[in-house]
Amino acid sequence: MAALKHLLDFEGWRRSEVESLLETARLMEEVLERPMKKVPALKGFTIATVFFEPSTRTKTSFELAAKRMSADVVSFAVSGSSLSKGESYKDTLLTLQAMVLDAYVIRSPVAGMAHQAAGWLRGSVINAGDGRRAHPTQALLDAYTLLDELSQLEGKKIAIVGDIAHSRVARSNAELLPLLGADVWAAGPVGLLPEVLKGARLTSNLAEALSDADAVMVLRLQKERMQDGSLPSIREYISEYQITAERMNLARPGALLLHPGPMNRDLELAGTLAEGSHSRVERQVRAGEAVRMAVLYHLLVGRAA
Amino acid sequence: MKLKARLLEAAEIERALRRIAHEIVEKNKGAEELALVGVHTRGIPLAERLSSLIERFEGVRPAVGVLDITLYRDDLSEIAVQPKVRETRIPFDITNKPLVLVDDVLYTGRTARAALDALVDLGRPQRIYFAVLVDRGHRELPIRADFVGKNLPTSRQEVVKVKLNEVDGEDGVELWQR
Repeated sequence: MAALKHLLDFEGWRRSEVESLLETARLMEEVLERPMKKVPALKGFTIATVFFEPSTRTKTSFELAAKRMSADVVSFAVSGSSLSKGESYKDTLLTLQAMVLDAYVIRSPVAGMAHQAAGWLRGSVINAGDGRRAHPTQALLDAYTLLDELSQLEGKKIAIVGDIAHSRVARSNAELLPLLGADVWAAGPVGLLPEVLKGARLTSNLAEALSDADAVMVLRLQKERMQDGSLPSIREYISEYQITAERMNLARPGALLLHPGPMNRDLELAGTLAEGSHSRVERQVRAGEAVRMAVLYHLLVGRAA
Repeated sequence: MKLKARLLEAAEIERALRRIAHEIVEKNKGAEELALVGVHTRGIPLAERLSSLIERFEGVRPAVGVLDITLYRDDLSEIAVQPKVRETRIPFDITNKPLVLVDDVLYTGRTARAALDALVDLGRPQRIYFAVLVDRGHRELPIRADFVGKNLPTSRQEVVKVKLNEVDGEDGVELWQR
C-alpha cells in the first residue's frame, strides 16, 4: 500500500486506509494517557500551520498533536502577516516552503485551496478546512468518536442536523462515514439544504432523520445565514430544528450526540444537552488530538525514497 | 532466502528459558516487585513464559507489560516503508520497580536503545535488566544483555528467525541466508 502523501478529502481513499489510520489513532490515544504525553517519532520534521481564516481549536489541536510527536511547529496566522499587505496565498506558501517544511496544515475560506497548495508545495498538505468543501480531520475524529462506542459503523444510522449547505463538516462526514458502512442522513430547513450531498440522504423532515438514529451530529448555525436570507428566522429554526432532549428520544436509546464546536447553546442545541448523558463533545476534543497525531504519522513516516 | 540450519529446538528453548528465569530471580534476589516487559512481537510470549516459570519457582507471578518501540525508532525520517504502530500496554506503574525487558533476538542493539527510551518516558524504574533468547552479535550501540538464552555467532548476511508457538505455531530458532 503506497503511503498517502496528502489529506485533502477522502476521494480515492479506501476503507482499509481509513481503518488503519483510525487504528493508529487508537494507539496514539494511549500516548495521551501517559503521565509524559510525548514520543520522539517526528523528531526532525517541521510542520507549519497556515491559517488564512481564524480558528482556535483546530489550530491548537494540530499544534499539540505535532508537539506530542516531537515535530517542530511553525505557525502562520493571517493577522499581522504579509497577506494583509497583498501577498498572494501562493507566495505566502512558497515563502514558507523556502524554510524547508515537511507538512503544511492549511485552513482557508477558499474551497480547493488545499488542493492547489498540494500542487505548489513539495511537502504533505493537510486540509484543515477549505471553504464549505471539506474538513477531513473533523470527520475522522467524528468517526473515531462514533467507533469508540459503536465498535463498527456498518448499517448504523447517523443524522447530521443543521446548516448542511454551508458545512464542510457535513460534507466530509458524508464522504467518510458511508465509506465505513454508515447510513448518513442530513436534515435541516430547506433553505439550508444543498441540492445534493453525495453520500447522504437529504431531508427537511427532522423526525425522519432522527428516527432510530445511532448518533446525532449537530452543526453550528452561523448567524450570517440570517443576513443572506437562507434562513428566515432564528425563532423558527429553534422551534423546528433545535435538538432538544425530547427530540433525542426519537433516536435510539443512548444515541450519541456530537457537535464539532464552537457551540451556540440554546440555538442549534438545547444548552443542557451539551453536558448530558448523550453528549460526546468532550470525547471529540480528545479524539481530535489522537487522530491528528495519526494523520501526521501516516503522511510523514515512510516517505523517504 | 534459504534455510541454512536449525539452531535451537523446542526443548532447548524451554531449557534456556528455565535457566534465564532462575538467573533473573537469583540476580534480583527474589521476584517481589519484579515485572517483565516484552517487546513486540516475540518478546511478548517470551515475557509471558518467563513470568509463568518464575511463578512456578517462586510462587510469585511477575506482571507482564507489552511495549511497541515503533514511535522510538531512530530511522523514522529515513525509511521508505512505514512501520505499523502497535500496542503499548503496561498495566502497572513501572516507577521504583525492577523491570526485565524481554526480546527474542539481540542484534544491533537499536531496538533495545529505543525500548529503554520508551521505558524511561513511562516512569523511573528502580533498574532495568535485559533478557534475550538469542544474542547474534554485530552490535552498533554499547548495549549488552543481562540474560542470554544462547549466543549464536552469525554473519550480517544471515537472518535469525525465532519461532514461538504463540505466534508461529511452533518453537524453534533457524538460521537463514539472505
